[in-house]
Amino acid sequence: MGSQAAALQDDRKTGDQTAPERVVVRFAGDSGDGVQVLGAEFAKSAALSGHDLITFPDFPAEIRAPVGTTFGVSAFQIQFGGPKVLTPGDTVDVLIAFNPAALKTNLADLRDGGLVILDEGAFTKRNLAKAGYDVSPLEDDTLVTYQLLKIDIARRCGEAVADTGASKKVADRAKNFWALGLTFWMFGRKRAATQEWIAEKFAKIPEVAAANLAALNAGHAFGETMEIGRDVIGHPLEASFEPGTYRSITGIDAMAKGLAAAACCAGIKLAYCSYPITPASGLLHALAALRSKGIVTFQAEDEIAAATAAIGASYGGALGVTGSSGPGIALKSEALSLAVATELPLVVVNVQRAGPSTGMPTKAEQADLSMALYGRHGEAPIAVLAPATPAECFQTMIDAATIAIRYMTPVMVLADGYIANAAEPWRIPDVAELPEIAPHYRDDPENFQPFQRDEKTLARPWVRPGTPELQHRIGGIEKADGSGHISYDPDNHQTMTDLRAEKIARIADILPPVKVERGVERGRVAIVGWGSTYGALNAAVKELLSEGLEVAHIHLRHISPLAPGLEDLLRGFDHVLVAEMNGGQLCRLLRSEFLIPAEGVNQMTGKPFKVATVKTALRATLQKAEGGAS
Amino acid sequence: MNQVLTAKDFTTDQEVRWCPGCGDYAILKSVRTTLAKIGRPPHEVVFISGIGCAARFPYYVDSYGFHTIHGRAPAVATGVKLANPELDVWVVGGDGDFLSIGGNHLLHALRRNMDLNLLLLNNAIYGLTKGQYSPTSSVGTRSPSTPGGSVDRPVNAALMALGAGARFVARSADTLLDHLPEVLTRAQAHKGASLVEIFQNCIVYNDAVWAGMATKAESFEKTVRVAHGEPLVFGKERDKGLVFDSRSGRMELTEAGGDPASLATVHDETNWALACALSSMEGGDLPTALGVLYCDPVNDYGSDQEARNHFTTLSRDELSSLLHDGGTWEVE
Repeated sequence: MGSQAAALQDDRKTGDQTAPERVVVRFAGDSGDGVQVLGAEFAKSAALSGHDLITFPDFPAEIRAPVGTTFGVSAFQIQFGGPKVLTPGDTVDVLIAFNPAALKTNLADLRDGGLVILDEGAFTKRNLAKAGYDVSPLEDDTLVTYQLLKIDIARRCGEAVADTGASKKVADRAKNFWALGLTFWMFGRKRAATQEWIAEKFAKIPEVAAANLAALNAGHAFGETMEIGRDVIGHPLEASFEPGTYRSITGIDAMAKGLAAAACCAGIKLAYCSYPITPASGLLHALAALRSKGIVTFQAEDEIAAATAAIGASYGGALGVTGSSGPGIALKSEALSLAVATELPLVVVNVQRAGPSTGMPTKAEQADLSMALYGRHGEAPIAVLAPATPAECFQTMIDAATIAIRYMTPVMVLADGYIANAAEPWRIPDVAELPEIAPHYRDDPENFQPFQRDEKTLARPWVRPGTPELQHRIGGIEKADGSGHISYDPDNHQTMTDLRAEKIARIADILPPVKVERGVERGRVAIVGWGSTYGALNAAVKELLSEGLEVAHIHLRHISPLAPGLEDLLRGFDHVLVAEMNGGQLCRLLRSEFLIPAEGVNQMTGKPFKVATVKTALRATLQKAEGGAS
Repeated sequence: MNQVLTAKDFTTDQEVRWCPGCGDYAILKSVRTTLAKIGRPPHEVVFISGIGCAARFPYYVDSYGFHTIHGRAPAVATGVKLANPELDVWVVGGDGDFLSIGGNHLLHALRRNMDLNLLLLNNAIYGLTKGQYSPTSSVGTRSPSTPGGSVDRPVNAALMALGAGARFVARSADTLLDHLPEVLTRAQAHKGASLVEIFQNCIVYNDAVWAGMATKAESFEKTVRVAHGEPLVFGKERDKGLVFDSRSGRMELTEAGGDPASLATVHDETNWALACALSSMEGGDLPTALGVLYCDPVNDYGSDQEARNHFTTLSRDELSSLLHDGGTWEVE
């Protein structure tokens, strides 16, 4: 141990000289090791220390996979530092692995020279075999290119916890807090917030609270005593935050709070109707937890019932919202066409996952864009929005509700498993400043017609059952424009089809023009993205700009309709790349819409883009551009 | 509402487009009469339907109406009640709508026990799609999709409802104008999901499928009209009675020669086992049971929590505290 610590002390000198802007730490262990709790507490301490951060949990689909197996590994990654953190990080600077399986599945992402901290006691013959190691990685050259710190965490934690009188089981389960204590020491963090959290969280089981506190303190003391280099990795920068009150928020939480805010701003009830599905269930849970005045959650019998109940709720005068992931959204498809035909407000959240079919439920993908745009029977256009970051999900839900209510239309929000589960700091808005969303309820019987349209938005009136003298009938059968009576008239069907399309197109009137997120306004290469790829694209462009390259990042929040100004913007670049976690769905849209030779950068691995991948694609295009120019 | 309502108040200006002689006309008439008698103003009443002949109902009732998609009407209705529990919500569907494509939604609407009035217009055939057999068609039904006769056994709607945990199950028939309105009134008064199976004649594709029930005279021998607290007797002369055999769980005819009124089991609509036995009477000498087979109210869905949420919305202050829950920190 001593020599290891000394070696790390030596490294610290170089660490000092190259203090990084940001640091990436990944915790990995068995799904029962408490890795997610450990990560969340580490993230909290990073935020309290003034860093910007993005976290990304990576957990297995199995609830409790067999202990020690590679498919049971649960991981949590955080990038923290400043002045701005855009992604959870391409490569890992510090890997904390609780067993051989965790090392095996995560080592490839550790950068050369990175630090790996191992729970040495877990590297038993049996665990090595379960992880598929013929030879222990501690005994061959697997780890030679990294800094290595081997600690028998379980034993040291056990010793520390023994004084509290905790059982062996409780002591074993406290080792995540031991590791947390150690990392707190390494990054000079205060323990107070976590100590308070432990005391509160485990107030009802004092034995566990005492053990976890003892473990946290012992891990910290170990780092201090062994003089484990605080600067082994270097201290990252603090962030440049605007003044305000902040909290850490995941995409899912931001969506839940955004929906609550939208209902509040509209002064109406929110009815969230959903059927459990990974990775969208979190939204049902988050809203169920908010269940209070004006927020109703309904766990339906199936996806179709969830969609139709949401439609019923909107018909009844509430803001009906349904949420799911790809397979469930496919089931809702018929109902969405009903909402289009009856012109009712509806918000549909699709937390996309890797498909087709069951695919990889816990992994992220953006392959439902075409389904969102075109996946319905008949000509059934709807609005489609996509949040770019976890925190942005809050505003996206308000925007979606505003469009749904103002234009009396279904709106689909395309999130994904990455943005849903990733977390970042969020400046809590002043609720007094959130604009009102005024539903145009109709209660005047004078000259009432159910499909009489607003001249500007083409929206029909929203008439709540219970309103005197306005009884009327709507349905999926084609209706006469204006009166809403059943109509098979050919000209009327043409008119109604055109109106439904025009109504969606007119949403563009209230959208802010597309702007370059970062980089040049005109030039060689623009990379266009949508949804959760924001961070990777923005970071890649930032790094290439710092090399003096002529690149730009354009990001779409609105895909149906497209926000104004996009075509002119795109035509200002020699090359347009479209990066997406699918086979080129937005790329095809932009090519067909604007007849421009956009090219795709496509990845379907279930994982978010790495900054390096995006940079490589941009460089290749720049080189091609140079070649073409010469 | 002080103003006295009539069936006309629940009649729209839409031309009714069912086939001449369709049983739905009679049902529509009973429904309008019942609504007038109940006296809820038309704007507080909502009719929701799926797809099929029966699903045209909302167009003909002057209330709020929503003609939705095949099978999903109970789910849409559930959403309407989530938004506004005070509305009087009726769901109308056929045997295909409720028992085939929408079977799942009926099952859950019943066990969830939201306050909905569900009218199952059962004609044992698919009318709108031109005569295919339905989930309630008897074995051997010849139809365009089963030219050699259907082989699958029909579902018993009342038994399915009782199995699903329905707290109100009743039956009547389209033309029984002295019976159906009464059953509908009971269904509407019941707090919770109430299922009324209405045997309905399809004159075009399945004429006389419920022969024996359609008129009062015929129905004396073929049906028993159950009434809570009354002995289960039937026949023109009220000369036949039914006894619940607790061993087999089935109904049997009372012994010949005795006084049926004193021998017959007294109907208890809160007795679930009796309701099951009555619902399963089919064929032979046993009559088809009509009336309120089962009514045993429990708290309906949303009677506590949802109701409190009704018409309240989240205030800005409440939203603010919601956004600040959990850990926050200040940046200066």
